[in-house]
Parts: sequence; structure tokens; C-alpha cells
Amino acid sequence: MFNTKTILAAVALVAGFALPAAAAEDSHASPVIDKQNWSFAGIFGTYDEHQLQRGFQVYREVCASCHGARLVAFRNLSEPGGPGFSEEQVKALALEYEVADDTAEGGFRTAVPADRWPSPFLTEQDARDANGGSLPPDFSVLAKARGVSDPFPYWTFNYFTGYSEGGPDYIHALLTGYHDEAPAGFELPPGKYYNDVFPGHAIGMAPPLQDGIVTYVAAEGETEVPLTVDQYSKDVAAFMMWMAEPHLAGRKQTGFVVLLFLILFAGLMYATKRRIWKGIEH
Amino acid sequence: MGLSPMSEHSSYTPGNSVEKWLDDRLPIIRFSKEHLMDFPTPKNLNYWWTFGAILVMCLGIQIVTGVILAMHYTPHVSMAFDSVEHIRRDVNGGRMIQAFHAVGASMFFAAVYIHIFRGMYFGSYKAPREILWILGVLIFLLMMATAFMGYVLPWGQMSGWAATVITNIFAAIPVIGTPLLELLRGGFSVGNPTLNRFFSLHYMLPFVIAAVVALHIWALHVPGNNNPIGVDVKDKRDTLPFHPYYTMKDAFGMVLFLIPFAWFAFFAPDILGHPDNYIPFNSQVTPAHIVPEWYFLPFYAILRAIDFNILFIDSKLGGVIFFAGSILILFFLPWLDTSKVRSGNFRPMFKWFYWLFAINFVVLTYLGAAPAEGIYVVLAKISTAYYFIHFLVILPLLGRIETPRPLPTSISESVLAKAH
Repeated sequence: MFNTKTILAAVALVAGFALPAAAAEDSHASPVIDKQNWSFAGIFGTYDEHQLQRGFQVYREVCASCHGARLVAFRNLSEPGGPGFSEEQVKALALEYEVADDTAEGGFRTAVPADRWPSPFLTEQDARDANGGSLPPDFSVLAKARGVSDPFPYWTFNYFTGYSEGGPDYIHALLTGYHDEAPAGFELPPGKYYNDVFPGHAIGMAPPLQDGIVTYVAAEGETEVPLTVDQYSKDVAAFMMWMAEPHLAGRKQTGFVVLLFLILFAGLMYATKRRIWKGIEH
Repeated sequence: MGLSPMSEHSSYTPGNSVEKWLDDRLPIIRFSKEHLMDFPTPKNLNYWWTFGAILVMCLGIQIVTGVILAMHYTPHVSMAFDSVEHIRRDVNGGRMIQAFHAVGASMFFAAVYIHIFRGMYFGSYKAPREILWILGVLIFLLMMATAFMGYVLPWGQMSGWAATVITNIFAAIPVIGTPLLELLRGGFSVGNPTLNRFFSLHYMLPFVIAAVVALHIWALHVPGNNNPIGVDVKDKRDTLPFHPYYTMKDAFGMVLFLIPFAWFAFFAPDILGHPDNYIPFNSQVTPAHIVPEWYFLPFYAILRAIDFNILFIDSKLGGVIFFAGSILILFFLPWLDTSKVRSGNFRPMFKWFYWLFAINFVVLTYLGAAPAEGIYVVLAKISTAYYFIHFLVILPLLGRIETPRPLPTSISESVLAKAH
């Protein structure tokens, strides 16, 4: 049956195969990134509606002037598990935007909820021209295109905790990682800014956030949220994770039921197997 | 041996006239009863033997999810990336189907590595199972090709650059290298023709795998299963009918295997991949580190370890020779291992070298992901050398110098000895 040796060997094998995926990341020296407490982490993680709404506000008022989100539709904003806007609110929001449409007169028309978020620039060249040659990346899946590298052996634990919040952790660290002046000895190219976590440290994006730049309106009975760069960064990072994974909450809910079922089913299967094999020396 | 159902009198008698009519024309029920139910299987198989069934399940999951994904995917460089996201965001159940397919590839390889290492420990490749083993290595090769081409389809940074790096390997082959490279890519560089032919092949190869799996199982059903003590089945007391004993045990193994599978698919679907693959492919921007999926890393480490010229063979071709050799050598394993004893349990010296080989393989996996600099380069060379020494020196030698422990006379005897 399951003797200790078999179990140990199985664990060793699984660990062996799990090891290397992150090995690449651990071997490159990268700055330490503080992991944040995200409401959407872990088995029971769901997005915090209020945080997503605040993050959306930061995105809309600050980021959206340069960063598009071509895969995100207005209708997503009213879907369950997201920022929790009503369909009317989303309709009204869409009305404020114009989207490109070849069939419309003049090539543009007012947006409807089914439309995707319009890009702030018509072409990549326009985007580069407006940003000193740098291309502001699209936000649609950006939160999943970034990650955090843990040193050995810590990343091995990630397979068991299911740590998938490296993207938001990185974005938060990036937004709070600006320095007014580069450290002595670092040659900062003109038009670039010094950032702790950006690869190469010279980033084309000027520090986008300052304390108080976005005004949050607290709902009645809610506690005031601090208007700080740190808070904005968390909120917008959470919102970007939602843009990349709008159905995360539903996925985890289904997953919990599936896992529970599989564990119970495995138990029943094991009992049946023992019953069938009863009395057979093997 | 007389135990093979092929040569045995069938226990099947058609239950009614329709079954009789069918049996005289296409004895498919008789065949199924013989091979899926009555098939005599050694009674002492442990849980490592459930991975055969688990692998069939994995192939099934990949084909079913893959066929559905292909209904929604667009193999065009300007649309492939977004169409995968479209599946995740807009297609009903799409995010789960996509996650199962992507995670499924990793689980498939995890299972196949366990299956291969089980065969290596218990000497399942030895006579009369050489063809069975060779077909298995062929399946492994086909799986690698299929997985690689599948990884290219989402057209992210790692997809495109993996396609670039891996197709480049073929350019090292003398004379036919460059034409072969252009044939694989459908042009001088990785682009839309590459994506189209990879998509086409990625759809076709799983069915080739399924066909070779059928041969693999056929080759298994001629000599029957090996078993943990490696002693041939002597009489009926050594075996159990496949159904219900092993159908049940395998089914339990499959459900157990689905638990980590579901864990990754539902709670960390991206943890086995690389974040860079969420950036659309750009042939003008090279990622800082191009890393293949984890299941290719040991062989990738071997490819990179050869960074020096050997006589007239330059380092690039040398790497390709060792890379190909590391897999092709498996075809010759039945003849490289000279010991007559199958199971590692009765081979005191082999046991140590087996685990050393397994650890070395994990080290190679680690090194495949490490940057090619400093100590890693030296370690990769040592590990690569040891990989080949194991097959070419240790295994042939062990069979001559090792004194195996006495074997039980039969499976029944060993089972009874264990029970008391």
C-alpha cells in the first residue's frame, strides 16, 4: 500500500519537477520586492469591489491618457466579481468615449458597453512620438506579464501556496520605487527616470502618481482611504490584475468545489478499491 | 509463457444471437473482454504502475480540450495572442478549457517522466519488452515536438523566441541545415507561415501519438506487464484479471492525479509558465532570458553545455549532437543495461547509481533554467558528462561486476513472504 518510502519518493519527485520552472528567475539578481496583502490572493481570494473602483478611478484619471487596454470591454466593468458597477453606470460611462469604427461616419462613433476600451493613441508611432520614443504598454494583461522572483528555496513554496500575485506586487513596487535623483555613479540617460525595480533602473515613464493627485470619494459610513502614492499604487495594481483576470473570483470558487469533490471522490474510490482487493495478497 | 490472451482460449461466449452475429464478423466485444477485462496482470503492481492509465487520461484531456480550443483560436500573427485571450475572457468555459490544456501539458510531462523513471528502475525495458520501450521513447519524442509547437501558438514573447531558438538548432546540421531551417519556419525568419504550419502539425501530432500509444499497449499485451520484482509470471496464481482489480486501482490513481492538476488549473494557472508569454511576440525585442518550459530544461541544459569545439565539430553542432544523443540514447537502453536482473530492488549497486542518475537529471533541469554563466556552466558540463556516462559506462559495467540479490522464485512467493 502507501508505505513511507513510496510517499517520500512521490514527494521528492513532485518537488523535483516543480523546482526548475522558477529557477530561471531566482538566479538573476533583482531588487527585493515587498509582497503586499491582496484580497484576491489564496484559495478564497476575491477582488475588493471598493479597491477596484478606486483603482479604476486612478487608471482613468492618470494612466489611461497613455496606456490602453484593448482587450477590456466596458461591459466587463459590470460583470460579477469585478468593480461592481451597474449596467446603467457602464452605459453612461461608454457614452463618454469614442471608438474607431470603419462603418461610422468620420470613422468614429460613441461607444457602447460591448466595445473595448479605446486606445489613447491611433498608432504605435503616435504613442512613441508622444512619449519620448518609449511605448506605453497596453494594460490588458500587463499584470500577468510581470512577476516577482523569489530566491531559492522560497519559490518552491509558491507551488503549494499558489502565489500568483507577482504582477501586482511588481507594479506596486514600480510605482512606489521612483527616486528624485539617481544614486551616485549611475548614469541616467536624458528623459529617463530612476526606478528601483525597473530592469536597468532607467524608465521612460515619469513618476505618474503624487500624494493627493486623485480624490477618492468615500461612501457614507466608509472609512476614509488615504490619498497617498502607496494607496494609489495598490489600488491601480489590483485593478490591473482584474483587467488581466476579470473572472478570477469565479475561477477560484469553481476550483474550490472541484477540489473538494475530487478529494471526497478519491476517498470513495480508495474505499472501493480496498473493498475489491480485500483478501487478495499483493 | 502461455498466459498471453492472444494464445489463450477466450472466455467470451456471445450472450445472444446479435452478439454472435457480430462476433463472427468483427469480434470487437471478444477483443475488449480479453484485453480490457480478462487480461492477466501481475498481482503485485504498485502505484507507480498506475501512470500508464494516467497518461492515457492526460492524452485524452489534451485532445478534447485542444479540439475545442481550435474552434476559437486564430492562427495568424496579428490575431493569435488576442484570440487566446478571447478564449479566456469571452468563450463560455473557455478560461477553464484553456487552463486545463496549458496546465495539462505540464501534468502530462510530469506523468511521463514518472512513467519513464519507473520503467528505468524496474528494468521494464529488458527482454522481451524492448519494442514496448522503444515505442515509449518514440511517444516521448512526439510529445516533445507537439508540446513545443503548442507553446508557440499563443504567440507571446516566449512562444516566438522559443520557435526562433529551437528551429535554429536545426541550422547546425551540415549541408541540409539551412534548407531544413527554412522549411520549418516557412521562410527566413519566424513569422506567419511558421505559426500556420505549427498549428497544423500541433493538431495532427496528437493523433499520431494516439496511434503509437495503441502500438505501445499492443506491445505491452504480448509479454504482459513487468512487475516490481521483475520475475516473470509463472502461473495463474501470480496474476489477477485486469478488471475489476486494475481498472479500479488505475481509476483511483487517476482521481488522485487530478487533485494537483485541478490545484494548478484553478488556483495558479500561470505558475508553470513564464510571465513574458503575456507580452505579444516582437521579433525586434529579445527577452532578457529565453527559457523553455520546465519539461525541456534537462535537454536544454545539455544543448547549452557544449560551448566548445570538438575537433572539426563546432560547438553549435556539438551541442545539437549531444542534445539529440541524450534522447536517442534511450532507444538503446535495453542493450546498454547488461544485467539480466530486471528490478532495481535486487540490484544493490544499480540502486545507488539509479538515484544518482535521477538526482543528476533534476540538477540538469535546474541548470537548464539557470543563466549560462559562472559556476552553472561548469556544473552543466559535469552533469551532461554524467548523464552519458550513466548510459555508456555505468550500466554496461554494472551488469558484469554486480552480484544481484537472490530473486524470489515467483510473484506469489514474494507476495506471501511480504504478508507474513
